[in-house]
Amino acid sequence: MAVENSSGAKIRIRQVSKVFKTRNREVQALQDINLDIQRNEFITFVGASGCGKSTLLRSIGGLEQHSRGEILLDGRAVTGPGIDRAMVFQHYSLYPWLNVMQNIKFCRQLKVVSDTVKTDGDIEVASGRADALLNLMGLSAFHQAYPNQLSGGMQQRVAIARALMPKPEILLMDEPFGALDAQTREVMHDLIRHVHRLEKSTILFVTHDVEEAIYLGGRVVLMAPRPGRIDTIYDVPLPAERNQDMKLSAEFLTLKREILARIRETSGMSTDLELLEQLTRTQPAAL
Amino acid sequence: MSAHQPLPEPQAATQPARQSWWVIRGELSRGAIWGLAAAGLILPLLVWWAYTAAGLANPMFMPGPDAVLARVGRWWSDEGLLADIGISVYRVMTGFLLSALFALPLGLYIGTYRPVQAFLEPLTDFIRYMPAVAFIPLVMLWVGIDESSKVLIIFIGTFFQMVLMVAEDVRRVPMAQIEAAQTMGASRSEIVKLVILPSARPALLDTLRITCGWAWTYLVVAELVAANSGLGYAILKAQRYMQTDKIFAGIILIGVIGLLTDQAFRWLGRAAFPWLKR
Repeated sequence: MAVENSSGAKIRIRQVSKVFKTRNREVQALQDINLDIQRNEFITFVGASGCGKSTLLRSIGGLEQHSRGEILLDGRAVTGPGIDRAMVFQHYSLYPWLNVMQNIKFCRQLKVVSDTVKTDGDIEVASGRADALLNLMGLSAFHQAYPNQLSGGMQQRVAIARALMPKPEILLMDEPFGALDAQTREVMHDLIRHVHRLEKSTILFVTHDVEEAIYLGGRVVLMAPRPGRIDTIYDVPLPAERNQDMKLSAEFLTLKREILARIRETSGMSTDLELLEQLTRTQPAAL
Repeated sequence: MSAHQPLPEPQAATQPARQSWWVIRGELSRGAIWGLAAAGLILPLLVWWAYTAAGLANPMFMPGPDAVLARVGRWWSDEGLLADIGISVYRVMTGFLLSALFALPLGLYIGTYRPVQAFLEPLTDFIRYMPAVAFIPLVMLWVGIDESSKVLIIFIGTFFQMVLMVAEDVRRVPMAQIEAAQTMGASRSEIVKLVILPSARPALLDTLRITCGWAWTYLVVAELVAANSGLGYAILKAQRYMQTDKIFAGIILIGVIGLLTDQAFRWLGRAAFPWLKR
Protein backbone atom coordinates (compact mmCIF):
# COMPACT_ATOMS: atom_id res chain seq x y z
CA MET A 1 0.00 0.00 0.00
CA ALA A 2 1.06 3.60 -0.50
CA VAL A 3 3.14 5.02 2.31
CA GLU A 4 2.13 8.53 3.33
CA ASN A 5 5.23 10.67 3.80
CA SER A 6 5.45 13.42 6.39
CA SER A 7 4.94 16.39 4.06
CA GLY A 8 1.91 14.73 2.45
CA ALA A 9 3.15 15.55 -1.03
CA LYS A 10 1.93 13.11 -3.71
CA ILE A 11 4.94 13.70 -5.95
CA ARG A 12 8.34 14.80 -4.69
CA ILE A 13 10.97 15.77 -7.23
CA ARG A 14 14.45 16.07 -5.77
CA GLN A 15 17.51 17.44 -7.61
CA VAL A 16 16.43 15.88 -10.89
CA SER A 17 18.77 16.46 -13.82
CA LYS A 18 18.82 15.05 -17.31
CA VAL A 19 21.47 15.27 -19.99
CA PHE A 20 20.75 14.40 -23.61
CA LYS A 21 23.88 13.28 -25.42
CA THR A 22 23.96 13.82 -29.17
CA ARG A 23 26.86 13.02 -31.46
CA ASN A 24 28.88 16.16 -30.82
CA ARG A 25 27.36 17.91 -27.84
CA GLU A 26 25.54 17.49 -24.56
CA VAL A 27 22.28 19.26 -23.82
CA GLN A 28 21.27 19.91 -20.24
CA ALA A 29 17.54 19.20 -20.62
CA LEU A 30 16.83 19.44 -16.90
CA GLN A 31 18.99 20.87 -14.14
CA ASP A 32 18.40 20.44 -10.42
CA ILE A 33 14.61 20.34 -10.51
CA ASN A 34 12.98 20.44 -7.06
CA LEU A 35 9.22 20.42 -6.74
CA ASP A 36 6.52 19.03 -4.45
CA ILE A 37 3.09 18.37 -5.91
CA GLN A 38 0.16 17.81 -3.55
CA ARG A 39 -2.49 15.15 -3.84
CA ASN A 40 -5.43 16.29 -6.00
CA GLU A 41 -3.49 19.32 -7.26
CA PHE A 42 -3.96 20.68 -10.79
CA ILE A 43 -0.56 22.06 -11.71
CA THR A 44 0.41 23.44 -15.11
CA PHE A 45 3.83 23.89 -16.73
CA VAL A 46 4.71 26.60 -19.25
CA GLY A 47 7.93 27.89 -20.73
CA ALA A 48 9.77 28.60 -23.95
CA SER A 49 10.56 25.63 -26.18
CA GLY A 50 13.52 23.64 -24.94
CA CYS A 51 12.83 24.43 -21.28
CA GLY A 52 12.34 20.75 -20.49
CA LYS A 53 8.68 20.85 -19.45
CA SER A 54 7.76 17.82 -21.58
CA THR A 55 10.93 16.00 -20.51
CA LEU A 56 10.03 16.53 -16.85
CA LEU A 57 6.49 15.26 -17.44
CA ARG A 58 7.77 12.22 -19.33
CA SER A 59 10.30 11.52 -16.57
CA ILE A 60 7.49 11.48 -14.01
CA GLY A 61 5.58 9.16 -16.34
CA GLY A 62 8.62 6.88 -16.45
CA LEU A 63 8.97 7.24 -20.23
CA GLU A 64 12.33 9.01 -19.89
CA GLN A 65 15.10 8.24 -17.46
CA HIS A 66 16.59 11.13 -15.56
CA SER A 67 20.38 11.23 -15.20
CA ARG A 68 20.49 12.29 -11.53
CA GLY A 69 18.17 12.93 -8.59
CA GLU A 70 14.93 11.17 -7.74
CA ILE A 71 11.23 11.34 -8.38
CA LEU A 72 9.13 9.92 -5.54
CA LEU A 73 5.47 8.98 -5.74
CA ASP A 74 4.14 8.52 -2.20
CA GLY A 75 7.74 7.90 -1.20
CA ARG A 76 8.50 5.29 -3.88
CA ALA A 77 11.00 6.10 -6.62
CA VAL A 78 9.85 6.10 -10.24
CA THR A 79 11.72 3.48 -12.27
CA GLY A 80 9.43 3.11 -15.28
CA PRO A 81 5.91 3.65 -16.55
CA GLY A 82 3.08 2.32 -14.41
CA ILE A 83 -0.66 2.01 -14.28
CA ASP A 84 -0.87 4.64 -11.51
CA ARG A 85 0.24 7.35 -13.95
CA ALA A 86 -1.80 7.76 -17.15
CA MET A 87 -0.62 9.98 -19.95
CA VAL A 88 -2.50 11.94 -22.59
CA PHE A 89 -0.44 12.90 -25.65
CA GLN A 90 -0.88 15.65 -28.22
CA HIS A 91 -1.94 13.24 -30.96
CA TYR A 92 -1.54 9.88 -32.75
CA SER A 93 -1.96 7.94 -29.51
CA LEU A 94 -5.40 6.38 -30.20
CA TYR A 95 -5.61 2.93 -31.75
CA PRO A 96 -7.22 3.49 -35.16
CA TRP A 97 -8.21 -0.19 -35.57
CA LEU A 98 -10.35 -0.09 -32.41
CA ASN A 99 -13.62 1.80 -32.11
CA VAL A 100 -14.21 4.40 -29.42
CA MET A 101 -15.49 1.93 -26.82
CA GLN A 102 -12.70 -0.58 -27.53
CA ASN A 103 -10.12 2.19 -27.19
CA ILE A 104 -11.51 3.22 -23.81
CA LYS A 105 -11.56 -0.40 -22.62
CA PHE A 106 -8.07 -1.14 -24.03
CA CYS A 107 -6.43 -1.42 -20.59
CA ARG A 108 -8.73 -4.33 -19.70
CA GLN A 109 -6.84 -6.53 -22.16
CA LEU A 110 -3.65 -5.98 -20.15
CA LYS A 111 -2.61 -8.44 -17.48
CA VAL A 112 -2.06 -5.83 -14.74
CA VAL A 113 -5.65 -4.71 -15.12
CA SER A 114 -7.37 -7.99 -15.93
CA ASP A 115 -5.84 -9.51 -12.79
CA THR A 116 -7.77 -7.02 -10.67
CA VAL A 117 -11.02 -7.66 -12.54
CA LYS A 118 -12.01 -11.22 -11.69
CA THR A 119 -15.55 -11.67 -10.43
CA ASP A 120 -18.70 -10.91 -12.39
CA GLY A 121 -19.22 -7.98 -10.06
CA ASP A 122 -15.81 -6.54 -10.95
CA ILE A 123 -16.58 -6.85 -14.64
CA GLU A 124 -19.88 -5.09 -14.16
CA VAL A 125 -18.19 -2.25 -12.27
CA ALA A 126 -15.57 -1.94 -15.01
CA SER A 127 -18.19 -1.89 -17.76
CA GLY A 128 -20.13 0.68 -15.78
CA ARG A 129 -17.02 2.83 -15.55
CA ALA A 130 -16.45 2.65 -19.30
CA ASP A 131 -20.05 3.72 -19.91
CA ALA A 132 -19.77 6.50 -17.35
CA LEU A 133 -16.58 7.83 -18.97
CA LEU A 134 -18.22 7.65 -22.39
CA ASN A 135 -21.08 9.78 -21.07
CA LEU A 136 -18.83 12.14 -19.17
CA MET A 137 -16.88 12.85 -22.34
CA GLY A 138 -20.04 13.31 -24.41
CA LEU A 139 -19.16 10.38 -26.62
CA SER A 140 -22.18 8.09 -26.14
CA ALA A 141 -23.41 8.63 -29.70
CA PHE A 142 -19.98 7.73 -31.09
CA HIS A 143 -19.12 4.57 -29.14
CA GLN A 144 -18.91 2.51 -32.33
CA ALA A 145 -17.08 5.10 -34.44
CA TYR A 146 -13.44 4.65 -35.40
CA PRO A 147 -10.93 7.39 -34.47
CA ASN A 148 -10.46 8.30 -38.16
CA GLN A 149 -14.10 9.32 -38.31
CA LEU A 150 -13.84 11.74 -35.36
CA SER A 151 -12.75 15.38 -35.16
CA GLY A 152 -9.52 16.26 -33.33
CA GLY A 153 -11.44 17.39 -30.25
CA MET A 154 -13.46 14.16 -30.14
CA GLN A 155 -10.28 12.10 -30.52
CA GLN A 156 -8.75 13.84 -27.50
CA ARG A 157 -11.90 13.13 -25.49
CA VAL A 158 -11.44 9.46 -26.26
CA ALA A 159 -7.76 9.66 -25.29
CA ILE A 160 -8.68 11.24 -21.94
CA ALA A 161 -11.40 8.67 -21.26
CA ARG A 162 -8.98 5.85 -22.10
CA ALA A 163 -6.35 7.32 -19.76
CA LEU A 164 -8.91 7.62 -16.93
CA MET A 165 -10.26 4.07 -17.35
CA PRO A 166 -7.73 2.32 -15.01
CA LYS A 167 -8.38 5.00 -12.33
CA PRO A 168 -4.89 6.51 -12.35
CA GLU A 169 -3.88 8.55 -9.31
CA ILE A 170 -1.91 10.89 -11.54
CA LEU A 171 -2.91 12.20 -14.95
CA LEU A 172 -0.04 13.52 -17.07
CA MET A 173 -1.08 15.68 -20.01
CA ASP A 174 1.50 16.68 -22.61
CA GLU A 175 0.05 19.58 -24.64
CA PRO A 176 -3.15 17.57 -25.14
CA PHE A 177 -5.08 20.45 -26.72
CA GLY A 178 -2.16 21.91 -28.68
CA ALA A 179 -3.55 20.78 -32.03
CA LEU A 180 -7.17 21.86 -31.41
CA ASP A 181 -8.88 25.07 -32.56
CA ALA A 182 -9.59 27.81 -30.01
CA GLN A 183 -13.33 27.09 -29.59
CA THR A 184 -12.85 23.36 -29.08
CA ARG A 185 -10.06 24.08 -26.65
CA GLU A 186 -12.32 26.23 -24.44
CA VAL A 187 -14.85 23.40 -24.23
CA MET A 188 -12.07 20.94 -23.38
CA HIS A 189 -10.79 23.25 -20.62
CA ASP A 190 -14.09 23.19 -18.76
CA LEU A 191 -14.39 19.46 -19.39
CA ILE A 192 -10.99 18.65 -17.92
CA ARG A 193 -11.65 20.84 -14.87
CA HIS A 194 -14.90 18.95 -14.38
CA VAL A 195 -12.98 15.65 -14.65
CA HIS A 196 -10.52 16.91 -12.04
CA ARG A 197 -13.32 17.69 -9.57
CA LEU A 198 -15.02 14.37 -10.21
CA GLU A 199 -12.05 11.98 -10.32
CA LYS A 200 -9.95 13.62 -7.59
CA SER A 201 -6.79 12.75 -9.51
CA THR A 202 -3.61 14.78 -9.45
CA ILE A 203 -3.20 16.46 -12.83
CA LEU A 204 0.09 17.68 -14.33
CA PHE A 205 -0.51 19.63 -17.51
CA VAL A 206 2.16 20.87 -19.94
CA THR A 207 1.27 23.60 -22.42
CA HIS A 208 2.81 26.44 -24.40
CA ASP A 209 -0.36 28.52 -23.98
CA VAL A 210 -0.11 30.83 -20.93
CA GLU A 211 -3.86 31.52 -20.85
CA GLU A 212 -4.55 27.80 -20.78
CA ALA A 213 -1.99 27.31 -18.00
CA ILE A 214 -3.59 29.98 -15.78
CA TYR A 215 -7.19 29.00 -16.45
CA LEU A 216 -6.60 25.34 -15.63
CA GLY A 217 -3.95 25.40 -12.94
CA GLY A 218 -3.99 26.03 -9.22
CA ARG A 219 -0.28 26.71 -9.62
CA VAL A 220 1.64 27.57 -12.77
CA VAL A 221 5.25 26.42 -12.99
CA LEU A 222 7.30 28.56 -15.35
CA MET A 223 10.36 26.79 -16.72
CA ALA A 224 13.31 28.32 -18.55
CA PRO A 225 15.63 26.84 -21.19
CA ARG A 226 19.40 26.29 -21.48
CA PRO A 227 19.66 24.60 -19.02
CA GLY A 228 16.07 23.42 -18.47
CA ARG A 229 15.08 24.61 -14.98
CA ILE A 230 12.21 25.89 -12.88
CA ASP A 231 12.21 29.68 -12.98
CA THR A 232 9.15 30.79 -11.02
CA ILE A 233 6.08 29.15 -9.49
CA TYR A 234 2.92 31.29 -9.55
CA ASP A 235 -0.17 30.73 -7.38
CA VAL A 236 -3.23 31.42 -9.49
CA PRO A 237 -5.41 34.00 -7.65
CA LEU A 238 -8.69 32.57 -8.94
CA PRO A 239 -11.38 30.61 -7.06
CA ALA A 240 -11.49 26.82 -7.48
CA GLU A 241 -14.69 27.10 -9.50
CA ARG A 242 -13.82 28.81 -12.76
CA ASN A 243 -15.66 30.16 -15.77
CA GLN A 244 -14.60 31.64 -19.08
CA ASP A 245 -15.42 35.22 -17.96
CA MET A 246 -12.55 35.08 -15.46
CA LYS A 247 -10.14 35.16 -18.39
CA LEU A 248 -11.03 38.86 -18.68
CA SER A 249 -10.64 39.67 -14.96
CA ALA A 250 -7.91 42.01 -13.76
CA GLU A 251 -6.17 39.30 -11.70
CA PHE A 252 -6.08 36.95 -14.67
CA LEU A 253 -4.72 39.54 -17.08
CA THR A 254 -2.12 40.81 -14.64
CA LEU A 255 -0.78 37.30 -14.08
CA LYS A 256 -0.86 36.56 -17.80
CA ARG A 257 1.13 39.72 -18.54
CA GLU A 258 3.64 38.88 -15.82
CA ILE A 259 4.18 35.31 -17.03
CA LEU A 260 4.44 36.31 -20.69
CA ALA A 261 7.03 38.95 -19.82
CA ARG A 262 9.03 36.44 -17.79
CA ILE A 263 8.93 33.85 -20.62
CA ARG A 264 10.26 36.47 -23.00
CA GLU A 265 13.04 37.37 -20.58
CA THR A 266 14.11 33.79 -19.99
CA SER A 267 13.84 32.54 -23.57
CA GLY A 268 16.11 35.08 -25.22
CA MET A 269 13.22 36.25 -27.36
CA SER A 270 13.64 39.82 -26.11
CA THR A 271 17.10 39.94 -27.63
CA ASP A 272 15.63 38.81 -30.95
CA LEU A 273 13.17 41.68 -30.77
CA GLU A 274 15.97 44.09 -29.97
CA LEU A 275 17.86 42.76 -32.94
CA LEU A 276 14.86 43.32 -35.17
CA GLU A 277 14.47 46.85 -33.84
CA GLN A 278 18.11 47.57 -34.45
CA LEU A 279 17.83 46.24 -37.97
CA THR A 280 14.78 48.41 -38.78
CA ARG A 281 16.67 51.46 -37.54
CA THR A 282 19.89 50.84 -39.39
CA GLN A 283 18.86 48.97 -42.53
CA PRO A 284 15.20 49.70 -43.25
CA ALA A 285 15.72 48.76 -46.91
CA ALA A 286 16.66 45.21 -45.97
CA LEU A 287 13.16 44.64 -44.65
CA MET B 1 -20.25 54.25 -41.32
CA SER B 2 -22.93 51.82 -40.30
CA ALA B 3 -22.14 48.62 -38.45
CA HIS B 4 -24.25 46.48 -40.76
CA GLN B 5 -23.60 47.01 -44.41
CA PRO B 6 -25.98 45.30 -46.81
CA LEU B 7 -24.44 42.40 -48.65
CA PRO B 8 -24.24 42.75 -52.42
CA GLU B 9 -27.18 41.17 -54.28
CA PRO B 10 -26.46 37.60 -55.27
CA GLN B 11 -25.78 37.33 -59.00
CA ALA B 12 -28.22 35.12 -60.81
CA ALA B 13 -26.93 32.17 -62.83
CA THR B 14 -23.24 32.44 -62.05
CA GLN B 15 -21.00 30.28 -64.16
CA PRO B 16 -19.85 27.07 -62.49
CA ALA B 17 -16.23 27.26 -61.39
CA ARG B 18 -13.98 25.76 -64.04
CA GLN B 19 -12.63 22.38 -62.97
CA SER B 20 -9.08 21.64 -63.95
CA TRP B 21 -7.54 18.17 -64.11
CA TRP B 22 -4.13 19.59 -63.41
CA VAL B 23 -4.58 20.32 -59.73
CA ILE B 24 -1.65 19.10 -57.65
CA ARG B 25 -2.96 16.07 -55.77
CA GLY B 26 -6.45 16.99 -56.99
CA GLU B 27 -9.63 14.94 -56.80
CA LEU B 28 -10.96 12.92 -59.74
CA SER B 29 -14.41 11.41 -60.25
CA ARG B 30 -14.75 7.62 -60.21
CA GLY B 31 -15.80 7.54 -63.85
CA ALA B 32 -12.79 9.57 -64.92
CA ILE B 33 -10.45 7.26 -63.00
CA TRP B 34 -11.88 4.11 -64.62
CA GLY B 35 -11.90 5.76 -68.04
CA LEU B 36 -8.26 6.81 -67.79
CA ALA B 37 -7.17 3.44 -66.45
CA ALA B 38 -8.92 1.63 -69.31
CA ALA B 39 -7.43 4.04 -71.84
CA GLY B 40 -3.96 3.51 -70.37
CA LEU B 41 -4.31 -0.24 -70.88
CA ILE B 42 -6.08 -0.24 -74.25
CA LEU B 43 -4.09 2.51 -75.99
CA PRO B 44 -0.76 0.63 -76.13
CA LEU B 45 -2.70 -2.41 -77.33
CA LEU B 46 -4.20 -0.36 -80.16
CA VAL B 47 -0.83 1.10 -81.14
CA TRP B 48 0.65 -2.40 -81.15
CA TRP B 49 -2.22 -3.71 -83.27
CA ALA B 50 -2.09 -0.78 -85.73
CA TYR B 51 1.68 -1.08 -86.10
CA THR B 52 1.62 -4.80 -86.86
CA ALA B 53 -1.60 -4.72 -88.94
CA ALA B 54 -0.04 -2.05 -91.18
CA GLY B 55 2.72 -4.52 -91.92
CA LEU B 56 5.42 -2.30 -90.43
CA ALA B 57 6.88 -5.10 -88.33
CA ASN B 58 8.33 -8.43 -89.32
CA PRO B 59 5.94 -10.94 -87.69
CA MET B 60 8.97 -13.10 -86.94
CA PHE B 61 10.14 -10.44 -84.45
CA MET B 62 6.86 -8.82 -83.49
CA PRO B 63 3.59 -10.70 -83.97
CA GLY B 64 0.30 -8.79 -83.74
CA PRO B 65 -2.16 -9.08 -80.84
CA ASP B 66 -4.40 -11.35 -82.92
CA ALA B 67 -1.54 -13.82 -83.49
CA VAL B 68 -0.64 -13.76 -79.80
CA LEU B 69 -4.24 -14.37 -78.81
CA ALA B 70 -4.48 -17.28 -81.24
CA ARG B 71 -1.29 -18.63 -79.72
CA VAL B 72 -2.79 -18.45 -76.22
CA GLY B 73 -5.74 -20.46 -77.56
CA ARG B 74 -3.49 -23.16 -79.01
CA TRP B 75 -1.35 -23.19 -75.85
CA TRP B 76 -4.52 -23.73 -73.82
CA SER B 77 -5.93 -26.54 -75.99
CA ASP B 78 -2.80 -28.38 -77.20
CA GLU B 79 0.21 -27.39 -75.08
CA GLY B 80 -1.07 -27.55 -71.50
CA LEU B 81 -1.28 -23.87 -70.57
CA LEU B 82 -3.23 -24.64 -67.41
CA ALA B 83 -0.53 -27.00 -66.16
CA ASP B 84 2.16 -24.37 -66.91
CA ILE B 85 0.20 -21.72 -65.01
CA GLY B 86 -0.44 -24.15 -62.17
CA ILE B 87 3.19 -25.11 -61.63
CA SER B 88 4.38 -21.48 -61.93
CA VAL B 89 1.77 -20.21 -59.45
CA TYR B 90 2.82 -23.02 -57.11
CA ARG B 91 6.52 -22.09 -57.32
CA VAL B 92 5.95 -18.37 -56.90
CA MET B 93 3.49 -18.76 -54.05
CA THR B 94 5.61 -21.30 -52.18
CA GLY B 95 8.71 -19.10 -52.45
CA PHE B 96 6.71 -16.03 -51.50
CA LEU B 97 4.93 -17.66 -48.54
CA LEU B 98 8.19 -19.13 -47.23
CA SER B 99 9.73 -15.64 -47.42
CA ALA B 100 6.79 -14.18 -45.54
CA LEU B 101 6.94 -16.94 -42.93
CA PHE B 102 10.49 -15.97 -41.97
CA ALA B 103 10.52 -12.28 -42.93
CA LEU B 104 7.51 -11.28 -40.82
CA PRO B 105 8.86 -12.35 -37.40
CA LEU B 106 12.42 -11.33 -38.26
CA GLY B 107 11.35 -7.90 -39.53
CA LEU B 108 9.18 -7.48 -36.45
CA TYR B 109 12.19 -8.05 -34.19
CA ILE B 110 14.47 -5.79 -36.26
CA GLY B 111 11.90 -3.01 -36.22
CA THR B 112 11.14 -3.35 -32.52
CA TYR B 113 14.49 -3.97 -30.84
CA ARG B 114 17.53 -1.81 -31.61
CA PRO B 115 20.14 -4.51 -30.82
CA VAL B 116 18.53 -6.92 -33.31
CA GLN B 117 18.47 -4.13 -35.87
CA ALA B 118 22.14 -3.28 -35.31
CA PHE B 119 23.05 -6.97 -35.58
CA LEU B 120 21.01 -8.04 -38.62
CA GLU B 121 20.23 -5.01 -40.76
CA PRO B 122 23.69 -4.40 -42.26
CA LEU B 123 23.94 -8.10 -43.21
CA THR B 124 20.48 -8.10 -44.80
CA ASP B 125 21.29 -4.89 -46.66
CA PHE B 126 24.47 -6.49 -47.96
CA ILE B 127 22.84 -9.69 -49.18
CA ARG B 128 19.90 -7.97 -50.84
CA TYR B 129 22.23 -6.33 -53.33
CA MET B 130 23.49 -9.69 -54.54
CA PRO B 131 21.72 -10.71 -57.75
CA ALA B 132 19.47 -13.74 -57.25
CA VAL B 133 20.52 -15.06 -60.69
CA ALA B 134 24.08 -15.38 -59.50
CA PHE B 135 22.96 -17.86 -56.85
CA ILE B 136 21.73 -20.35 -59.45
CA PRO B 137 24.99 -22.35 -59.67
CA LEU B 138 25.22 -22.53 -55.89
CA VAL B 139 21.58 -23.49 -55.51
CA MET B 140 22.05 -26.29 -58.07
CA LEU B 141 25.09 -27.55 -56.19
CA TRP B 142 23.45 -27.40 -52.79
CA VAL B 143 19.85 -28.46 -53.33
CA GLY B 144 19.96 -30.02 -56.80
CA ILE B 145 17.60 -29.36 -59.68
CA ASP B 146 14.22 -30.42 -58.31
CA GLU B 147 11.27 -28.20 -57.32
CA SER B 148 12.95 -26.90 -54.17
CA SER B 149 15.70 -25.22 -56.22
CA LYS B 150 13.14 -23.08 -58.09
CA VAL B 151 11.37 -22.18 -54.87
CA LEU B 152 14.69 -21.30 -53.28
CA ILE B 153 15.63 -18.88 -56.08
CA ILE B 154 12.32 -17.04 -55.62
CA PHE B 155 12.90 -17.07 -51.87
CA ILE B 156 16.37 -15.53 -52.25
CA GLY B 157 14.96 -12.87 -54.57
CA THR B 158 12.20 -11.74 -52.22
CA PHE B 159 13.18 -12.59 -48.64
CA PHE B 160 15.89 -9.99 -47.96
CA GLN B 161 13.88 -7.12 -49.42
CA MET B 162 10.85 -8.25 -47.48
CA VAL B 163 12.68 -8.32 -44.14
CA LEU B 164 13.79 -4.73 -44.52
CA MET B 165 10.34 -3.55 -45.60
CA VAL B 166 8.63 -5.33 -42.71
CA ALA B 167 11.13 -3.77 -40.28
CA GLU B 168 10.34 -0.34 -41.72
CA ASP B 169 6.57 -0.93 -41.42
CA VAL B 170 7.02 -1.87 -37.77
CA ARG B 171 9.22 1.15 -37.08
CA ARG B 172 6.49 3.43 -38.44
CA VAL B 173 4.04 2.56 -35.67
CA PRO B 174 3.63 5.93 -33.88
CA MET B 175 5.62 6.10 -30.63
CA ALA B 176 2.60 7.70 -28.90
CA GLN B 177 0.58 4.49 -29.48
CA ILE B 178 3.33 2.47 -27.79
CA GLU B 179 3.85 4.91 -24.93
CA ALA B 180 0.11 5.14 -24.26
CA ALA B 181 0.09 1.37 -23.72
CA GLN B 182 3.17 1.61 -21.49
CA THR B 183 1.46 4.15 -19.23
CA MET B 184 -1.50 1.76 -18.98
CA GLY B 185 0.86 -0.87 -17.60
CA ALA B 186 1.36 -3.00 -20.72
CA SER B 187 4.27 -5.43 -20.72
CA ARG B 188 6.73 -5.75 -23.62
CA SER B 189 5.00 -8.76 -25.13
CA GLU B 190 1.59 -7.13 -24.71
CA ILE B 191 2.81 -4.05 -26.59
CA VAL B 192 4.06 -6.19 -29.48
CA LYS B 193 0.87 -8.27 -29.60
CA LEU B 194 -1.77 -5.62 -28.86
CA VAL B 195 -0.24 -2.44 -30.33
CA ILE B 196 2.65 -2.91 -32.77
CA LEU B 197 1.25 -5.85 -34.75
CA PRO B 198 -2.32 -4.62 -35.17
CA SER B 199 -1.10 -1.10 -35.89
CA ALA B 200 1.30 -2.25 -38.61
CA ARG B 201 -1.16 -4.67 -40.28
CA PRO B 202 -2.23 -2.43 -43.21
CA ALA B 203 1.38 -1.54 -44.00
CA LEU B 204 2.38 -5.21 -43.75
CA LEU B 205 -0.31 -6.25 -46.19
CA ASP B 206 0.94 -3.59 -48.58
CA THR B 207 4.48 -4.93 -48.22
CA LEU B 208 3.21 -8.44 -49.01
CA ARG B 209 1.40 -7.09 -52.07
CA ILE B 210 4.53 -5.39 -53.41
CA THR B 211 6.91 -8.27 -52.66
CA CYS B 212 4.48 -10.77 -54.20
CA GLY B 213 4.90 -8.82 -57.44
CA TRP B 214 8.67 -9.10 -57.09
CA ALA B 215 8.37 -12.86 -56.55
CA TRP B 216 6.70 -13.11 -59.99
CA THR B 217 9.58 -11.23 -61.61
CA TYR B 218 11.96 -13.95 -60.38
CA LEU B 219 9.90 -16.73 -62.00
CA VAL B 220 11.76 -16.78 -65.33
CA VAL B 221 15.06 -16.76 -63.47
CA ALA B 222 13.93 -19.66 -61.28
CA GLU B 223 12.76 -21.69 -64.27
CA LEU B 224 16.20 -21.34 -65.83
CA VAL B 225 17.13 -24.16 -63.45
CA ALA B 226 16.47 -27.39 -65.31
CA ALA B 227 12.72 -26.85 -65.50
CA ASN B 228 10.52 -28.67 -67.98
CA SER B 229 7.28 -26.87 -67.25
CA GLY B 230 5.97 -23.46 -66.23
CA LEU B 231 5.37 -20.09 -67.85
CA GLY B 232 8.98 -18.96 -67.47
CA TYR B 233 10.27 -22.21 -68.94
CA ALA B 234 7.79 -21.88 -71.85
CA ILE B 235 9.15 -18.41 -72.62
CA LEU B 236 12.74 -19.69 -72.57
CA LYS B 237 11.89 -22.64 -74.76
CA ALA B 238 9.96 -20.46 -77.21
CA GLN B 239 13.09 -18.36 -77.65
CA ARG B 240 14.98 -21.43 -78.80
CA TYR B 241 12.36 -22.14 -81.51
CA MET B 242 11.86 -18.46 -82.46
CA GLN B 243 8.21 -18.59 -81.34
CA THR B 244 7.93 -14.86 -80.63
CA ASP B 245 4.14 -15.13 -80.37
CA LYS B 246 4.55 -17.55 -77.48
CA ILE B 247 7.12 -15.29 -75.81
CA PHE B 248 4.62 -12.44 -76.03
CA ALA B 249 1.83 -14.67 -74.74
CA GLY B 250 3.92 -15.84 -71.76
CA ILE B 251 5.00 -12.34 -70.77
CA ILE B 252 1.47 -10.98 -71.02
CA LEU B 253 0.03 -13.90 -69.05
CA ILE B 254 2.50 -13.28 -66.21
CA GLY B 255 1.48 -9.63 -66.27
CA VAL B 256 -2.22 -10.50 -66.10
CA ILE B 257 -1.71 -12.94 -63.20
CA GLY B 258 0.35 -10.30 -61.37
CA LEU B 259 -2.32 -7.66 -61.91
CA LEU B 260 -5.04 -9.99 -60.61
CA THR B 261 -3.00 -10.91 -57.51
CA ASP B 262 -2.36 -7.23 -56.86
CA GLN B 263 -6.07 -6.41 -57.08
CA ALA B 264 -6.86 -9.32 -54.75
CA PHE B 265 -4.47 -7.92 -52.14
CA ARG B 266 -6.02 -4.46 -52.47
CA TRP B 267 -9.51 -5.88 -52.08
CA LEU B 268 -8.37 -7.86 -49.03
CA GLY B 269 -6.97 -4.67 -47.49
CA ARG B 270 -10.23 -2.79 -47.98
CA ALA B 271 -12.23 -5.67 -46.53
CA ALA B 272 -9.95 -6.32 -43.55
CA PHE B 273 -9.31 -2.72 -42.49
CA PRO B 274 -12.59 -0.79 -42.74
CA TRP B 275 -11.29 1.57 -40.05
CA LEU B 276 -8.87 3.15 -42.54
CA LYS B 277 -11.80 4.86 -44.26
CA ARG B 278 -12.35 8.45 -43.25
